[in-house]
Amino acid sequence: MSDDDTNAPDQAATDQSPENVPAPVGTQHTAGVRTGMFGVHGTGDTSGFGGLTQAVDWPRPSQAPYGGWFDQVVQSLVTGTRAQGVESALGSVVVHRGELTLHVRREDLLVVARVLRDDPALRFEFCAGVNGVHYPDDTGRELHAVYHLLSMTYNRRVRVEVAAPDSDPHVPSLVAVYPTTDWHEREAFDMYGIVFEGHPSLTRILMPDDWPGHPQRKDYPLGGIPVEYKGGTVPPPDQRRSYN
Amino acid sequence: MVSTSSTTGGSVGAEDVYAGSSETSDGKVFTVTGQDWDSIAEGLGEAAEERIVVNMGPQHPSTHGVLRLILEMEGETVTEARCGIGYLHTGIEKNMEFRSWTQGVTFCTRMDYLSPFHNEAAYVLSVERLLDIEEDVPEKAQVMRVLLMELNRISSHLVAIATGGMEIGALTVMTMGFRERELVLDLFELITGLRMNHAFVRPGGVAQDLPPGALEEIRSFIALMKKRLPEYAAMCNANPIFKRRLEGVGHLDLEGCLALGMTGPVLRSTGYAWDLRKTQPYCGYEDYEFDVQTWDTADSYGRFRVRLGEMWESLRIVEQAADRLAGLEGAPVMVADKKIGWPSQLAIGSDGMGNSLDHIKHIMGESMEALIHHFKLVTEGFKVPAGQAYVPIEGPRGELGAHVVSDGGTRPFRVHFRDPSFTNLQATSVMSEGGQVADVIVAIASIDPVMGGVDR
Repeated sequence: MSDDDTNAPDQAATDQSPENVPAPVGTQHTAGVRTGMFGVHGTGDTSGFGGLTQAVDWPRPSQAPYGGWFDQVVQSLVTGTRAQGVESALGSVVVHRGELTLHVRREDLLVVARVLRDDPALRFEFCAGVNGVHYPDDTGRELHAVYHLLSMTYNRRVRVEVAAPDSDPHVPSLVAVYPTTDWHEREAFDMYGIVFEGHPSLTRILMPDDWPGHPQRKDYPLGGIPVEYKGGTVPPPDQRRSYN
Repeated sequence: MVSTSSTTGGSVGAEDVYAGSSETSDGKVFTVTGQDWDSIAEGLGEAAEERIVVNMGPQHPSTHGVLRLILEMEGETVTEARCGIGYLHTGIEKNMEFRSWTQGVTFCTRMDYLSPFHNEAAYVLSVERLLDIEEDVPEKAQVMRVLLMELNRISSHLVAIATGGMEIGALTVMTMGFRERELVLDLFELITGLRMNHAFVRPGGVAQDLPPGALEEIRSFIALMKKRLPEYAAMCNANPIFKRRLEGVGHLDLEGCLALGMTGPVLRSTGYAWDLRKTQPYCGYEDYEFDVQTWDTADSYGRFRVRLGEMWESLRIVEQAADRLAGLEGAPVMVADKKIGWPSQLAIGSDGMGNSLDHIKHIMGESMEALIHHFKLVTEGFKVPAGQAYVPIEGPRGELGAHVVSDGGTRPFRVHFRDPSFTNLQATSVMSEGGQVADVIVAIASIDPVMGGVDR
């Protein structure tokens, strides 16, 4: 930020640009802290870098205008969901690496998906499926269900993301809107324990029916045993030194 | 292999000590391992008219790997078809979270074992988008990716046609398909060192430059394939037995395809020319001349013809890629950024190990910093900025994409593969219910699922 007078008129524009506007309170996605540097903790750490802590810098929510066709999609979605009686369906909008992510409250997911699929200006007729992501540090929204939608009519892609807390892992099922999510939701349930309300038969799909726990969650151990080779012992992958 | 359960009947065949009791609350279970069906029909007795549940697989030669089919039948007609999957689940996605970004390629190449390069490319393209180096990947690396992916499409379609033929009894089609696939695998071995599990496409480029003599081998392969591909058309296209087994079987129209998320040859067999190489090009596909193959019957025969046509188009792309590679001799194949690009171009030495003597001389004798740098990059890897990316590509079976999430560390936070086999297999019920049990096999063969990709 220069004090040079010639730059002064641009200063306001710089402040207003999407990258520099601070995120609205409550919508910033600050989950997770990175500690240390070389993966050594405790007494083995002679570098002193083990005490380093750094917040994970997730992509921040963007402010309108988002650029290109993103604005039109967001505008049509807001108008379409208002017509269905949902006042503010969009939680936050993240534009990162040229991809548009719409964070939606889970109670609005069905309405949002219907509008995205049926609105003539949106026409996201194809769903590539849903997958779960577990953010243990994102308190109150630990489990995320991420949908990738494709509009073949307009050749556009959006990502719709909903979150649910660990204590109440319920998300409405989209099978009625996109039948293709049937197996994908079963997989997300199998791997993360996300319960998709309204799914016709939410059972495990990849793991055995009587399997305890949900393997892809971050609190579920990878497992493995040490391997001996030529006199040395290689620990299992999750117990090896990890760099962060 | 096949067991049927009904309400009454006697046990058939020798006692299976591993199968446990065959008495169930639902009725008698027959274990069928290829003996005379008459003895089973006798065993059914009066109950033959009733509902029979046939449990086909998970180890059955015509279910494309370890797929289990649960078919409810009335006579020869299938009234309900369900899939049981998960027999090949190996936790690849979970394992990738415990390895560096580069090591992840070694895992995902093993998913869909018929299209390893597509798996690698889908993952690597998403990582590159997160790294924001999509524009910096050298041209030669992109051309080599296209070359390998298209050769891979040919080999994958060959297996699809070969196994599909085998399952309806056309064994010559199988021997022909595997004969030509061997030629492609030889090319893979020449270029990457391995027939499968290559781990060749890496974030930032590819692992190795093209070896000497590879272009000549590719050219002679193209020339040979131009003679061999018409054999499939001559053998199958108008073959009355082949046509009657495939035509009208496994019908799924465009609406059904979109609702069920079907992509690839199944979608294109409805006449809709949706191909991500054309509609959302990646790796520079916009610079190649090729046509999207479609058919308008939306059945198994149409999917066969689409695959046959796509092999010709892939051959066209391979030809163009080879021409471009001829003009790119000595060009870099890895991104210039030393923080990401693998530090050395390895070579196979006389001891069979991969080492570059020039690079060893540099790090061991000339530059301490280079040694540190090499060590850090190989053991720790590089960091990928936090965020998520999804870059789908057109795999041989349809839209294949990796949803990659990074928390800014040296390992993936989450990688999820949207595998087309997994999604397309959902259409089994729609395609086969109401048809004959023999047509179930044809319908599944036309989906061409690869269980390694379905279960991951």
